Amino acid sequence: MKHVLKGLVAATAMASVLATSGFAADEPKRGGTLITVLGSNVRNLNSAVQSGIVTGFPGAQLFASPLRYDEDWTPQPYLAKSWSVSEDGLKVTLNLVEGATFHDGHPITSSDVKFSVKVIQENHPFKAMFAPVESVDTPDEHTAVLNLSQPHPALMLAMSGQLMSIIPEHIYGDGQNPKSHPRNNVDVVGSGPFKLVEFKNGEHVILERYDGFFMEGRPYLDKIVMRIIVDPSARAIALENGEVHISAFESQPQIINRLKKVDSLTVTSEGYGAIGPLDWLAMNAGSDGPTGNVKVRQAIAYAVDKNFIHNAIMQGTVTDAKTGIHPDSPFYEPDVEAYELDLDKANALLDEAGFAKGDDGMRFGLTIDFGWPSAKPHVEYVKAALKKVGINVTVRASADFPTWAKRMGTMDFDLSWDAVFNWGDPVIGVHRTYVSSNIGKGVWSNTQGYSNARVDELLEMAGKENDPEKRKALYSEFQKIVAAEVPIYFANTLPYHTVYSDKVGNPPLGIWATSSPIDLMYLKD
Amino acid sequence: MNLLQTVLTRILYAVLLLIAVLVLNFSLMHLAPGDVADTISQSMGGADAEVLADIRADYGLDKPFLVQLATYIGKVAQFDLGHSFFYNTSVTGLIMQKLPATLLLVITAQVLALVVGVILGVYSARHPNGISSHFVTFLALFGYSAPVFWTGILLLIGFSLHIQWFPVAGMRDVTIEGGFWVHFIDVVRHLVLPVITLSSIFLALYSRLCRATMMEVLGSDYVRTAKAKGLTTREIVYKHALKNSLSPVVTLAGLQFSAVISGAVLVETVFGWPGLGTLAFQSIIARDTPTILGILFFSALVVIVGNLLTDLALRLIDPRVGSKG
Repeated sequence: MKHVLKGLVAATAMASVLATSGFAADEPKRGGTLITVLGSNVRNLNSAVQSGIVTGFPGAQLFASPLRYDEDWTPQPYLAKSWSVSEDGLKVTLNLVEGATFHDGHPITSSDVKFSVKVIQENHPFKAMFAPVESVDTPDEHTAVLNLSQPHPALMLAMSGQLMSIIPEHIYGDGQNPKSHPRNNVDVVGSGPFKLVEFKNGEHVILERYDGFFMEGRPYLDKIVMRIIVDPSARAIALENGEVHISAFESQPQIINRLKKVDSLTVTSEGYGAIGPLDWLAMNAGSDGPTGNVKVRQAIAYAVDKNFIHNAIMQGTVTDAKTGIHPDSPFYEPDVEAYELDLDKANALLDEAGFAKGDDGMRFGLTIDFGWPSAKPHVEYVKAALKKVGINVTVRASADFPTWAKRMGTMDFDLSWDAVFNWGDPVIGVHRTYVSSNIGKGVWSNTQGYSNARVDELLEMAGKENDPEKRKALYSEFQKIVAAEVPIYFANTLPYHTVYSDKVGNPPLGIWATSSPIDLMYLKD
Repeated sequence: MNLLQTVLTRILYAVLLLIAVLVLNFSLMHLAPGDVADTISQSMGGADAEVLADIRADYGLDKPFLVQLATYIGKVAQFDLGHSFFYNTSVTGLIMQKLPATLLLVITAQVLALVVGVILGVYSARHPNGISSHFVTFLALFGYSAPVFWTGILLLIGFSLHIQWFPVAGMRDVTIEGGFWVHFIDVVRHLVLPVITLSSIFLALYSRLCRATMMEVLGSDYVRTAKAKGLTTREIVYKHALKNSLSPVVTLAGLQFSAVISGAVLVETVFGWPGLGTLAFQSIIARDTPTILGILFFSALVVIVGNLLTDLALRLIDPRVGSKG
């Protein structure tokens, strides 16, 4: 039987390979205007100073980064035609493409790379990306050498997607604050495949092919219109009636499932591995209250039924995630305590922890917070689930995001539903949640108050381990410890989906979704 | 009171009101936990603690409350609405960019609701027990009680998805090329559904009010006199009765002007209409204090001007208004 199954799997795999190659035989076509959407208003188009998925889409078209990644997490040449890391891991040399120019015709040189690193170090919200970079040498126009204080494997992913936008020194180096520079949204001079035509706040971002782009024959599209449509229902209708060709980061289960039934549309959750969005239940592990007790946290994990969250609340649109590293990442460790629903075990753990049931069948009370409306069903479910094991949960609504963020940042909570992104390498988006030096430093820091000396040590080592296998082993141990101590109950990936019409060729299904250049995307006839 | 006096008193009240609006809202915004640094960090997928501190320092959010308030009011006194924290651009510029779209939407919706409301009101007053009169009542109450965003989505599903007559969102299609009329027609096509949605709420009010006052007027002595002297029904209704039944409607329309603007927040969000409503909604979510206060300032201004115009309109309809004695 097993053999038959294997055979079947192989046959299906073959068929899909054939199908893919048949598809690839479709020659990409030059020209056309792609209509796409942004789900919220853009604050800033300069991705060297502004992170986030909304800036990421236009940002990665306007600005090129040294590297780009394929679907298998392998770095590919982009603005750097090649690169090398010294034996001791302390020097990373980038050899830039010769003849590359900014949108105003100025050549892109190593001194622009040096300048960009400095601007990012000083202004980008993710300090961990370039923290070990001590200086950048520019031996010649096309060579940039990054000198590191310690080996820094995270640098590779940090040099791709929207994270390391190469910006022109002759525009942004005029002494004005890069965060509020007047050229961030107007007359942007970029290094990427598309240049800015117009950005109208709240309306649209229009980009146009840059004819001098350093990759021969690319991009394929002539123009990209990014319409800003905030309402997800309106976006869905625009996709259905063909007004919009592609939309990424769609996250409403009802809408995703509805669009899946539309013949002319493809709906996929592929391509979000490096964005790494995770949905979880945070517990205040540093609290003096019950959640400070590891047995209580384990009991809570055993009392919550993941299947209910996946199938009833998220309607089958999510993937299971057992740890704080996205399941698509090469560092994901699936072999950890999975906390299958087990009410007996949960009750036993709570008894052991010294919280006996009172006369009314209840043990103690906890609060649960949530920061955005779509997490309300989750917290209502947790409340119901924990009642079964004698925990009386009170739902605390927040008026808006800052109210919730304040509670989280100051660790004024017992339980909270939360969603956090990996942002490429674990050093960038994962460490921040667990290292004890980052406790209570604002929203999406270590708001759980979690502290474990071994975890601190493992993350410290993994952050500077250049050998992928050894690094993987360190992250594996880290994930097992965290799963055992449950400062966080990991529920699933966020249900991000990319929806695109039949007309779209080469949709961005790599690891960075739309936070990557779409120079290969084209429109079929 | 003469016209000039009225206008001057109104302006004085308006200034006091505006100061109160600004101080009150500034304080309320300050009382709420969290600030724009949190939402900026949200838009960036999280930020390190020092980045948050930087943002707060950049916008003076680390200073004491009274200093922040005084700085702000001082700036507004010099007609400077300040800089948007979230969009890094001048608030006045931001509002001026959005105001035309909102005025286009709100005024069109208001005029449509008034005209259609009055026509329906008069019609149903003349045939109070007819089937069509009941239908008008039903339609009006339905429009009034249905939530705007629901009506909006329903219209979208009907007229953008199933019958593809109108575009889904936005104010214009940036891909079309052509002269003035091509763009004009394009904007009109985008305008239809949001205007119907927004006016649906007010249609009920106007048509019901017009119906009630019209019926009252039609039963009054002078209408009977007019009938007795042999005027046609048409002349009685449109020349005599309508003028008298219109002033409550116009008063109401003036009062509703603020409601139209608040209604626009929802309609604009559903239809992606690039106006003040969308901006207000996004600024509130982003805790962008200068922008929110700027929008409140402008909406207060629009409402005050709207009320002033209502007064003037009433004088035109009914010369007794504002005359001495």
